[in-house]
Amino acid sequence: MALLKSYLTPDFLIERNKDRCIQCRVCVQQCANEVHYYDDEDGEVYSDEMKCVNCQRCVTLCPTRALVIRSSPNELRKNANWTPEVIRSIYIQAETGGVLLTGMGNDRPYPVYWDHMLLNASQVTNPSIDPLREPMECKTFLGRKPASLVFENGRLKEKIPPQLELDIPVMFSAMSFGSISLNAIKSLARAARQEGTYFNTGEGGLHKELYPYGENCIVQVASGRFGVHSEYLEAGSAVEIKIGQGAKPGIGGHLPGEKVGKEISETRMIPEGTDALSPAPHHDIYSIEDLRQLIFSLKEATGYQKPVGVKIAAVHNVAAIASGIARAGADYIAIDGYRGGTGAAPLRIRDNVGIPVEFALAAVDTRLRNEGIRNEVSLVVAGSIRSSSDVVKAVALGADAVYIASAALLALGCHMCQKCYTGKCNWGIATQDPHLTKRLNPDLGAQRAANLLRGWKHEIQEMLGGMGINALESLRGNRLMLRGIGLTEKELEILGIKAAGE
Amino acid sequence: MLREGAVRIPSGCSISGIMNKKGKLTSGQDIIRSIAVMHDRSNGLGGGFAAYGIYPEFKDDFAFHFFFDSKEAKEAAEVQLNKYFTVVYDEPVPVREMKAIKDAPVIWRYFVQPKAKMMMQAGLPEDEYVVKFVMKTNSELEGAYIFSSGKNMGAFKGVGYPEDIGEFYRLDEYRAWLWTAHGRFPTNTPGWWGGAHPFTLLECSVVHNGEISSYDANRRFLEMYGYRCTLLTDTEVMAYIFDFLTRKQGLSLEVVVMAMASPFWQEIDRMEPGRKETVKAVRAVYGSLLVNGPFSILVGTSQGMIALNDRIKLRPCVAATKGDFLYVASEEAGIREVCPKPDKIWAPRGGEPIIGLLENAASQYGPAQGSEKIAINS
Repeated sequence: MALLKSYLTPDFLIERNKDRCIQCRVCVQQCANEVHYYDDEDGEVYSDEMKCVNCQRCVTLCPTRALVIRSSPNELRKNANWTPEVIRSIYIQAETGGVLLTGMGNDRPYPVYWDHMLLNASQVTNPSIDPLREPMECKTFLGRKPASLVFENGRLKEKIPPQLELDIPVMFSAMSFGSISLNAIKSLARAARQEGTYFNTGEGGLHKELYPYGENCIVQVASGRFGVHSEYLEAGSAVEIKIGQGAKPGIGGHLPGEKVGKEISETRMIPEGTDALSPAPHHDIYSIEDLRQLIFSLKEATGYQKPVGVKIAAVHNVAAIASGIARAGADYIAIDGYRGGTGAAPLRIRDNVGIPVEFALAAVDTRLRNEGIRNEVSLVVAGSIRSSSDVVKAVALGADAVYIASAALLALGCHMCQKCYTGKCNWGIATQDPHLTKRLNPDLGAQRAANLLRGWKHEIQEMLGGMGINALESLRGNRLMLRGIGLTEKELEILGIKAAGE
Repeated sequence: MLREGAVRIPSGCSISGIMNKKGKLTSGQDIIRSIAVMHDRSNGLGGGFAAYGIYPEFKDDFAFHFFFDSKEAKEAAEVQLNKYFTVVYDEPVPVREMKAIKDAPVIWRYFVQPKAKMMMQAGLPEDEYVVKFVMKTNSELEGAYIFSSGKNMGAFKGVGYPEDIGEFYRLDEYRAWLWTAHGRFPTNTPGWWGGAHPFTLLECSVVHNGEISSYDANRRFLEMYGYRCTLLTDTEVMAYIFDFLTRKQGLSLEVVVMAMASPFWQEIDRMEPGRKETVKAVRAVYGSLLVNGPFSILVGTSQGMIALNDRIKLRPCVAATKGDFLYVASEEAGIREVCPKPDKIWAPRGGEPIIGLLENAASQYGPAQGSEKIAINS
């Protein structure tokens, strides 16, 4: 068969300032994609732009700031329909015959509804509260709440069901050992402990070195059941059944065999070098009643001492699905929106399946309230929570807490090059290559992730105080604190908020 | 402009309460004088009173106070009323014609007994049956509004300064063991009689000085339990929270206060383990009923009076005792006007309740037996 010629051109242009470059070869050593190379004969460093993913590692570490990477100025003929991305996709598929893969979240220019909601602040009639002078409480609980409390002799007659106690309504979302490095998980685990919140194992099991962080850990049970055993279930503070993920609703996962080294093999309980394939469905869950059985199996297995949550992707009928999950006995429901990140997903699925988490959250919260069961279950939202204001808006719409993943990885150094699936993450995050994983120091990573949470907490407290609120629970579902801007009547109706000026 | 009830109107205000814990009846003159002193805390767009023990001759009947916008509304309401209740006696609420009070609706009171058969058909206990009727009337019957529904008590409210409203309703002619009063300073309202305080449900009445920033969180939680916040005011939601926690959830006042004005986490962290677990559970389960924002409220019940400030005391509240009397007001002047030399006068801390109960009522509303005592200052 004749070799196919590639019609692809470089995405990025690498400009090396000859006056600044000192041929130190840091860029050569740093680039796992082998973009930079040193020519012994010339005694000079050159670059192969075709391989560049624009992760900015070389740019950041170049001691003389000699490198600039920018989008390639080469332009195809202008066409609003056949955009360069569409054309490039076709070239790639014509060359490979494969499914287009991508990493991180949906980057299409769909509306970001968080940015179409504005927050309230008090003026005169209701004083704002100064968080520098008054207590400002961000604690929240995740778990099933009883219909009422019963007291006997002034003491609680029965303990309430197990709850996760969060000092800040932000947790680190599910990212498996496999999709990210052990050092990345260690960073998140330590930051979670430091700031009184939780990290999530994802579907990759819990590495033995992370067991000491079990008190701050949510262990996931996904369709592949990787690394699930009784000790694992006992180790975490909550168990989460993963049904779906915002980046790829309706499909399973795939960790290629080349990433399954000794450590991952032991943690996931699969042979070294084998592909870790998560089926699209759980093969013991084909209905809501099957889900109920798994929820209660896990509760039995953990002696009813830990909340059991269910994570689903935000899809069209999410409100009815969530209602079913609440009635199936879940203690919390995590809803992951279509902007959610991923280590690897088929591009077309990532960009075209699911709905914005803002709508999903509003619809679910409204539905559960209409059915009178909202207090029975906690709601966690995920899928591109980018800032503290997104968190505040999510809580006002009805969330108990949020999950962050992309933001957490950015805190660790991710530069959003969207090539996680290659396993060549130059920042040592989405990789298992020992040479690369060493680049992320878990102590420094923990510090960065904890700093992010602390910064957000301060901002959340400022916003709460501005609204005249000093406890997070008074913001939960308090949609009067939101106003829509640039939204249609229907969108406002679904979000259950008034338009700005009303 | 939207009428209150179609739009939420926040407001500032003044409150006052006078109670005799032995149940001795006094006329409405003192409470009018007390609230009148705080004239500048109102703007003439609302005033009202609640009085307990005023209908001894009908003490076993529910006393419904109605506002009607028209004769037709009255007729329609009476059809419904007669369907579900036996009307023992009814009459217009006596009022004094005054220049200061304009555009009064038709104000009528009915002393009623639920029809046993209808109650049985509905499968509801008596109190719930009455609550359902009140909610239904207020949300569905246009031009008719029940603003008071308890036994042996009544609310009297309207658009005007409170001292004028008191005179209008001839409160000097009533005798009660508990009086609460309210002067209203809504920030933007055309003035609506139903929007004035107190807000009531059964025997529970609430007057409120403040603005609730947790309103929508509180409202949306309560709506799951059948409450309908038709008037969209902060005070209505407070009345329902109180009703929900005491009547429906059967919680002691101590726990109710713990839910509405919870201790701060830094305080909870210092509690002994048993109590800590209790307070934590209350915050976890009833967190949506934590009332946030500035408030001082007076809750009147058939058992007594409860005053409560927000946790960081963003609204004023002063209390005093003199013999068997307990006084609470937004300003000390409101107390000194009617009780110049109290035995004790103090400003309760944020979140610290003042609970004044009738001497024979403590068993129902007192702190749960065996629990750590909360401040009971009556």
